[in-house]
Amino acid sequence: MTAGSDQSSQNGSFAVRTEDLCRHFRMGETVIRAVDGVSLRVRPGEFVALLGSSGSGKSSLLNLIAGLDRPTSGAVMVEDRNLAQLSREELAKHRLHTVGMVFQSFNLVSSMTLAENVELPMRFAEVERGKRAGLVQRALERVGLAARMTHRPSELSGGEQQRAALARALINRPKLLLADEPTGNLDSRSGAEILNFIREFNQSLGMTIILVTHERALAERYANRMLFLADGKLVDEQPDLAGASSVSLHGERP
Amino acid sequence: MKTYDLSELAVRNLRESLLRNSLTTVGISVGVASLVAMLSLGIGLQQLVTRRLVSSGLFDTVIVTSRRDIRDFSREEEKSGPSAAESRILDETVRQQIEQLPNVMEAYPDIRFITEVRYADKPHLTMVAGLPVSARFNDAFEGMRGSFFSSETAPEVILQKSFAAKLGGKTLKPGAEEVSVAELAKPLLGKELVMRYAERVAAPAQTDASAKGNGQPAGADESLERAAYSVVSREQKLTIVGVSDLDPDSMRGAAEARVFLPLKLAESLHVVQPSDLRDNVRAFGNQRSYSTISVRVKNPKQVQSVEDAIKKMGFNTFSILDATRSLRRFFAVLDLFLGIFGSLALAVASIGIVNTLVMAILERRREIGIMKAIGASDGDVKKLFFAEAGAMGVLGGMVGVALGWAIGQVINLGTNVYLKRQALPPEHFWSVPWWLVAGAIAFAFVVSLVSGFYPAARAARLDPVQALRYE
Repeated sequence: MTAGSDQSSQNGSFAVRTEDLCRHFRMGETVIRAVDGVSLRVRPGEFVALLGSSGSGKSSLLNLIAGLDRPTSGAVMVEDRNLAQLSREELAKHRLHTVGMVFQSFNLVSSMTLAENVELPMRFAEVERGKRAGLVQRALERVGLAARMTHRPSELSGGEQQRAALARALINRPKLLLADEPTGNLDSRSGAEILNFIREFNQSLGMTIILVTHERALAERYANRMLFLADGKLVDEQPDLAGASSVSLHGERP
Repeated sequence: MKTYDLSELAVRNLRESLLRNSLTTVGISVGVASLVAMLSLGIGLQQLVTRRLVSSGLFDTVIVTSRRDIRDFSREEEKSGPSAAESRILDETVRQQIEQLPNVMEAYPDIRFITEVRYADKPHLTMVAGLPVSARFNDAFEGMRGSFFSSETAPEVILQKSFAAKLGGKTLKPGAEEVSVAELAKPLLGKELVMRYAERVAAPAQTDASAKGNGQPAGADESLERAAYSVVSREQKLTIVGVSDLDPDSMRGAAEARVFLPLKLAESLHVVQPSDLRDNVRAFGNQRSYSTISVRVKNPKQVQSVEDAIKKMGFNTFSILDATRSLRRFFAVLDLFLGIFGSLALAVASIGIVNTLVMAILERRREIGIMKAIGASDGDVKKLFFAEAGAMGVLGGMVGVALGWAIGQVINLGTNVYLKRQALPPEHFWSVPWWLVAGAIAFAFVVSLVSGFYPAARAARLDPVQALRYE
């Protein structure tokens, strides 16, 4: 699998590729350039951290990759499809099957139990009813919440909620996991727990991860590569050579 | 999204804000109930009127008159048909012919005459008519006291209420409190009255008496002589067997009879008919003619065809069918108006649906954002809101139909209590046919979907990025 990812990257195939990507918001007279000419490449199986202070445009960039938002100009290619050219319907399919998202505020549906929350994407994906219960069970087991299936989000700790959100993000087997400050509302222990899960998905499932965070220490510890954003522009990249991170990635593989 | 998931999510969302959604559903129920109540009242009234009219014998009856007669219901026919003097005579042969026509139940001559009836030695002048035995099932005898004629020739009589009152020494003033039939009937039933009448006795042909009486020379035209008859005053004792509430003879207008004899008896008495004298002058021969024949048709729907067939035979006909056409139009308009008023409440309820769903969007903004973020399409979100609106509509429709039905029952009951107090027979003027039930639920469903259109479109358009930012 690793070899395959390498090969595809060598062939110029990327999990995510943006070209001069812009997202501008108009607020009355002023134009806010949330994302301003970003060109980046993420190879399949990579764990990339997007770093920057608040308002640097990292969340806006993530939303564009997620297909939640459309660029003002430029291209955003995910799995070789330019999201800028997709219809609303196709973007929904993209969000449903290609990407999984976790958020700082967990974003579980408060009126539903954990199991129902995890099942929800399968409803939209029209997964056969008979198969769902087993899949939900396994997904929640994987994040250690098998005993909490019938609980509502409000009955759980932040860390548990975020784990449930992770289970939900993975239920339709996406290739790309987008995490928008997933540890922002958690204490350091719960945060580390979440990031360990994410790293595990990256390593055992070969998922491509893009993690938005403003905590450099976390990024250094978990990501293969760090991209720095400021005022909507890509300002720095560490390590510069993607190959080095690939080596370390390989080194960690069992 | 699959229908099952859609309905499951819709139901769980409806349960989530149970009070608000229940109130909205109650709103729809009230709307549907008022619609159902209004329409079932309209339908019920129409059925009542139709039932009444059909059982009154007016709808399945065709009145046949000869074109020779002056009395004519349709001037146009008179112009188009053969001239009056050349038309056929309405006699026993014709009656039998008519009775042979398809769909005709019976054809009987109309025998009526004005004469004197004595009761308790007091003379009363009134119109007497023969009544066929089949009239027993006539609606007019519904409130009758006593019994119907025991046989076709029994010397019995049924009195109309107003005449019974006259015999009993009571006067029925219009507007005065109605005297119950039972009260009138009590002293009269089983009593005897004496009817005086003029019998037409066929004179023995070419007798001296007739020749002398007419002042005609002997050996005159035979047909003229055969037309000769004597008029003999006679008396007939009759037993009062019944007093009818309604008027079994309402179609006759001015010639309304108030005393009724069995038809066969009336025929056998050979009472001089008003038309006899004229017939005599016209010299039809000794064959008796009828002024009118009443034809009973098996089914009101066949009245037209029977009427046409009789017209072809060369007679004038009249039925009340034409009158019912405008009646039907009246009820269509009435139903329309009732429907519009009933729908008003539903229109108000539909605004309630819009309000509830728009509120739901504001409340569930974040939830909609989440659903979109994890892959719900615009269509999924739209369908979900439609499903919620539709579920409220169907539920409200069902409750509404039940409510409307209950309201109808209560009003029906209340009216019947009132009718009973007024000594009137109970009526069932409330009807909820199955198509109204299905139609009302379907209508509520459609109205809900239409109401859900704007909220659903708005929810579907919701920008997930904005929605998720919203706390």
